[in-house]
Amino acid sequence: MTTANALYDVPGPKTRKRHRLYGIASTVVILGLLAWILYLLFDTDQFTYTKWMPFEYKGIQELLLRGLGNTLKAFGLAAVLSLALGTLLAVGRLSDHRPVRWLSTLLVEFFRAMPVLVMIFFIFVALKVQPLPALVAGLTLYNGSVLAEVFRSGVNSVERGQREAAFALGMRKTQVMSYVLVPQAVRAMLPAIISQLVVALKDTSLGYLITYEEFLHAGKLIASNLDYDLPFIPVVMVISPIYIGMCMLLSWFAGWVSRREQRSPKTEAVDVAPAEPGMLLPRVQ
Amino acid sequence: MNVLTDNFSTFGDGFLGTVELTVYASVLALVLGFLMASFRVAPVGSLRVFGTVWVTVLRNTPLTLLFFAVLLGLPRFGLVLPFKVFAVLALGCYTSAFICEALRSGINTVPRGQGEAARSLGMSFGQSLGLVVLPQAFRSVIPPVGSTLIALAKNSAIAGAFSVTELLGTYRTLSELGYNIVWTFVWIALGYLIITLAISALFNALERKWGVAR
Repeated sequence: MTTANALYDVPGPKTRKRHRLYGIASTVVILGLLAWILYLLFDTDQFTYTKWMPFEYKGIQELLLRGLGNTLKAFGLAAVLSLALGTLLAVGRLSDHRPVRWLSTLLVEFFRAMPVLVMIFFIFVALKVQPLPALVAGLTLYNGSVLAEVFRSGVNSVERGQREAAFALGMRKTQVMSYVLVPQAVRAMLPAIISQLVVALKDTSLGYLITYEEFLHAGKLIASNLDYDLPFIPVVMVISPIYIGMCMLLSWFAGWVSRREQRSPKTEAVDVAPAEPGMLLPRVQ
Repeated sequence: MNVLTDNFSTFGDGFLGTVELTVYASVLALVLGFLMASFRVAPVGSLRVFGTVWVTVLRNTPLTLLFFAVLLGLPRFGLVLPFKVFAVLALGCYTSAFICEALRSGINTVPRGQGEAARSLGMSFGQSLGLVVLPQAFRSVIPPVGSTLIALAKNSAIAGAFSVTELLGTYRTLSELGYNIVWTFVWIALGYLIITLAISALFNALERKWGVAR
């Protein structure tokens, strides 16, 4: 429990009593904070019928569902394409040919260093592309480059003996890669790959900024409707649990895969990456 | 080419806006992240739960949604502040969750024996924390905090889309003036590169000075 780190000793009876006291005090403070927020919500009339009425209408429900569908469509496309691009770039970075390696390193480093929104805006404004392809292209370039680094570090993290043994058996490089290194690397990196897909899912909401009709955009349409007394807070209260829930589900799945792979005997020769969403960030040198 | 020379003040304002956002939000994120990390390792159950909920929710929130909720939602509670302050709030809170996790895993890298040895030498809690545990945690925490702050600088571009003066937002002014849009973006990209490379240089220097010898 609390003794998992170096900070505290095992508490004695007096300390336990003190900690219980702190616990009660902090619970009171936290509950007070929540009560204050709830009071503010009621005080500013966020729970009136007019503000929640729109969610009863079929048209509005369909608008929200269509938005959600568009979000998932962008996510699906971006996920598949960035996995493909990531594979391509990782193969390039692990190539034996120096020009190929340099080119893919340059691409990976550039796209990882750029804010994803700048790329999306560039494609949308300067190249005059439709919102959906612009969003998908921006997400693909960014997440593809990050995934390329994930794949590459996965292949490099397989124990050296595996590669050496495979070469000693007379396998070619392609065979070593596809029969020995990549299967183990993918198993080890699966949690990190899924966590990167969480980032892609979160970033689909950037489509809202380039007028792609996704979930947040649908929410904005409802929220700015004067007929319902600008139901801004209700909209946020409806859409954020759905958004956060989707991302949490995917993060939880990454954690589950991570725990599962760590137990698996097939990952003995490689370290399984922890499921850390968004933490595989560029270490620009 | 003359996009930059003609509009140096516009680009300069945008660049400074991004730097300002990044610095203020970093300070907020570091302070909040430290607070949340200390909550998450505290021996008090309710604080641990609060820290865990804070981190789990914020790490899984799309930043655009958070900006949307903070910039357009808080004014409904009668809280009227400049957009810039709201943007710093949103960016800082979002990043604090990542900082918290980086700090927590840094504390967890310190072997338990270190704390036990400090206590058996008769050090008080404050002494063992300040002289033994935190200095060691600090060393291993530099690289992840650096990459989190680089991500923050990149995320600050979202503020520009919510009409805060910022580097990405300059493209709107310049395209209205009829300048070449591609070159505008080249200079914007260069601006972001300068900021992210500066942060990474800073953290590389810190790493060289205090990092773990590998």
